Amino acid sequence: MANTQLPPADPEPSLNRVDGRLKVTGAATYSAEYPIDNLAHAVLITSTIAKGRITTINAKPAEAAPGVLAVISHRNTPGVPAYPPVKQPAERAPVGTAFRVFYDELIYFSGQPVALVVAQTLEQAQQAASLVEIDYQTETHQTDFVANRSKAAIAANVQRNKTSPFQDYDRGDPDAMPSAEVKMEATYTIPTQHHQPLEPHAIIAVWEADDKLTVYDKNQGVKSAQGNLAQAFKLPRENVKVNAQFIGGAFGSGIRVWPHTVAAVLAAKQVRRPVKLVLGRELMFTSVGYRPFTEQKIAMGATKTGILTAIRHEGIGQTSAYEEHLERTILATRAMYACLNVSTRYRLLNLDVNTPTWMRGPGDATGMFALESALDELAFALQLDPLELRLRNHADADPERNLPWSAKSLKECYRMGSEQFGWKNRKPEPRSMQVDGMLVGYGMASSLYGFHRHPSKAKAMMQADGSVVVQSATMDIGPGTGTAMTQIAARILGVSPQKVRFDLGDSSLPDAPGQNGSATIPSVGSAVHDACKALKNKLLILGASMPGSILSSAWPDEIVIRNGRIYPTAESRSSVSYTDILKYHKLPQVEMTEESKSGPERDQYSMYSFGCHFVEVQVSPVTGEVRVKRVVTCADVGKIINYKTARSQSIGGVVGGIGMALMEESVMDHRYGRYVTSDFASYHIPVHADIPQIEVFFVDQPDVHVNPIGAKGLGEIAIVGVAAAVANAVFHATGKRVRELPITVDKLV
Amino acid sequence: MTDDKPDDPTPPDDGTFFEMSDRRLFLKQSLAVAGLTLTPFPFLKTAEPDSDETPVGNAEKVRFTLSVNGKKQQLSTDPRTTLLDLLREQLGLTGTKKGCDFGQCGACTVHVDGQRVLACLSFAVMQNGRKITTIEGLAKGDRLHPMQEAFIKHDGFQCGYCTPGQLMSAVSCIREGCANSEADIQEYMSGNLCRCGAYPNIVKAILDVKTGGQNA
Repeated sequence: MANTQLPPADPEPSLNRVDGRLKVTGAATYSAEYPIDNLAHAVLITSTIAKGRITTINAKPAEAAPGVLAVISHRNTPGVPAYPPVKQPAERAPVGTAFRVFYDELIYFSGQPVALVVAQTLEQAQQAASLVEIDYQTETHQTDFVANRSKAAIAANVQRNKTSPFQDYDRGDPDAMPSAEVKMEATYTIPTQHHQPLEPHAIIAVWEADDKLTVYDKNQGVKSAQGNLAQAFKLPRENVKVNAQFIGGAFGSGIRVWPHTVAAVLAAKQVRRPVKLVLGRELMFTSVGYRPFTEQKIAMGATKTGILTAIRHEGIGQTSAYEEHLERTILATRAMYACLNVSTRYRLLNLDVNTPTWMRGPGDATGMFALESALDELAFALQLDPLELRLRNHADADPERNLPWSAKSLKECYRMGSEQFGWKNRKPEPRSMQVDGMLVGYGMASSLYGFHRHPSKAKAMMQADGSVVVQSATMDIGPGTGTAMTQIAARILGVSPQKVRFDLGDSSLPDAPGQNGSATIPSVGSAVHDACKALKNKLLILGASMPGSILSSAWPDEIVIRNGRIYPTAESRSSVSYTDILKYHKLPQVEMTEESKSGPERDQYSMYSFGCHFVEVQVSPVTGEVRVKRVVTCADVGKIINYKTARSQSIGGVVGGIGMALMEESVMDHRYGRYVTSDFASYHIPVHADIPQIEVFFVDQPDVHVNPIGAKGLGEIAIVGVAAAVANAVFHATGKRVRELPITVDKLV
Repeated sequence: MTDDKPDDPTPPDDGTFFEMSDRRLFLKQSLAVAGLTLTPFPFLKTAEPDSDETPVGNAEKVRFTLSVNGKKQQLSTDPRTTLLDLLREQLGLTGTKKGCDFGQCGACTVHVDGQRVLACLSFAVMQNGRKITTIEGLAKGDRLHPMQEAFIKHDGFQCGYCTPGQLMSAVSCIREGCANSEADIQEYMSGNLCRCGAYPNIVKAILDVKTGGQNA
């Protein structure tokens, strides 16, 4: 294995997390944990009906309760300046309207924020919240996807935008499917699933002045939160400060600014005190989005030798009654395999629920469950090894855009993964392998994820003592952003990582995108690279300008920097240090800020990451219990910056995929339009005992076309395809094809 | 290790303390406290006609003592305050995390008299006279506990939010004699959820500490 990787040039390729000590000692400060003077506590009250209107709110008993500062609802809200005036009588918002908190009496979903109680202490706020009496007039709601499926339609958003990728798509010959030698068709269902990071969403809102707002908010993008809040409250952008240095996981739940955030800001305005609002676990099911309920129909045609001749992929996703959430569900199918004739359709179904949002591997984790399950079904119909089928249909160039890949080592992933896993030991017949009375199944699936790089800035500063500070308004929701950025800076500047401090999670730092779409390393990593390179060049010029400098006649590409000392060549014995340079020029620090962004390469290459997963399950023939025994996961995501944190991220994706495959399902009682699985006792996520050791392999070849660091990002692709690999393994073990996630025992016995 | 020596609880002189020495009495009194605070408001109000006045409020603060990370403290709090909220909201010890508040995630795991306990499922006043160790008390000054070192080495976390609970549980897991194999650890650590999926690394860290023969 080791010889398939490039020799790591980084002296510490598995650097421990730079914030590890803070995290293991409890010193890392998350959003709800800032010590703020005079803090008031808020508790959110949410609607108990799914559709209708509030008729009365009796807040008097609550207002009279000890310690209560305010009970805020649509009747007495200080108002969000950007909201349009309320119409009388209230009118339902047209589709495409972001939810407006405490706006009017209309109810759009069960769990909608309807009031907020603010009190001196948390206990007082909780008690008072139980005293608020709200009456509703209910209207008939529709929350059942299956019952309403026929109402699914092309999104209004897509109808307006003729270049939307979600337009109906047909390439090649429409008659290829009917005339195919071998055909399969199946429907795959993924239930609503929730992110449920261990840290609940939380905010402390502080109005520093009438026009100055500071929030300590759990989100995935301080700059976008800053922009959103500035817009909502009609404040100059620089008057809004958003802090989010430590985020206790998010997986997509923190990409948007949600109603509860705005509610807390309103409350702080109303009571003229800092207000803290932490969502209870139950509210985490209705307040911060979810992976939408999705139904997908896939039809495939192939030759008898296993060459794909036609694919048709239709997807329907659930969304709310007021907004359209679209995701990539059917898009991967156009690029994944070399097939000439491909059609995709994408429809949305509006229901009386809150709006879904992006959840790890959004769209692709969903779509690739269907595509990779279907491929396994086709392989079985063809009596062909599932891996061999994928190899025979490998796309050597992007079949959708007709462009070369910027880089693609999927075949190398297949080779590494299958060897490490021992795929050759798989007996083709389902139910043919057993150990200790358990049915054994081997399954595999491919993965892909599009490359995203957004304009990013970073500032790099060399201090007089030779230490380096690098800053960017990027985030770390868990992958280890600061650690990777520290390594990039240390490598470029030729200093020890211990000399580098990386600041993030603060909206006053240089512009950076939010942490989503696996874009952080590609975008911010490039900015850090560029800023540090510019800083190094500036310092070298300053060094060369010193009288008698050994650098004055040095060739830039021969210069070697080690531990902050600059050598004219690798063989030189004499050197000059960064501190010498700053001391001579009497500079307290030297800094450079750079912006980094994509260029014309985006039109010359198709850019994706690829990978694959191999899974062994054991299934009890008596109870149907599925245990994942082994996983080997491989990814080609370009250059790996930190092996340790990258490995952890891959493992995390696999764990998420196992949850998606075997246990995660948000069950709604459609009589009330309300989730019955609204805690960890009923919404099951994997626990220690569910997860075996997981082997992770990277191709670790820089993709020279994507950015200066050759790295493509890893968080999203890590989960894509995992659920299919598990489902395929379960089929191999049992002979039962489960097309409705999660694969629970009732579907196997 | 990090747990302080047994304290000599000084009995209070104002009669507001609960007697905690007897386990049965302790249970009875916890139920009484729980009953009082969990009873819906109207039941408490039966004797009073005006429901705009609530009896549940500031006036009923209860005084008690806790030893937290080796420091004995005289405290006074709302009887409804959980041990978790006391630590986080009143003592500034935010290392102990609130993940679910229902005893389902393990993020709030602390040691009470050396045993792992979910701080969200316990009212603060029920812990009168007990010794609490939180994540902030696990290291000895600058010297990390071997389990903390092992979590860093094996990358036993990503976002870090479940980490204090995992660490407190992990230390107990070894102490309880439940860390003799990978399977044992997986079973006895299953009350501590990690959504980032650091489980395999956490198990390696615990095994490392266990087999390293270090005194966890």
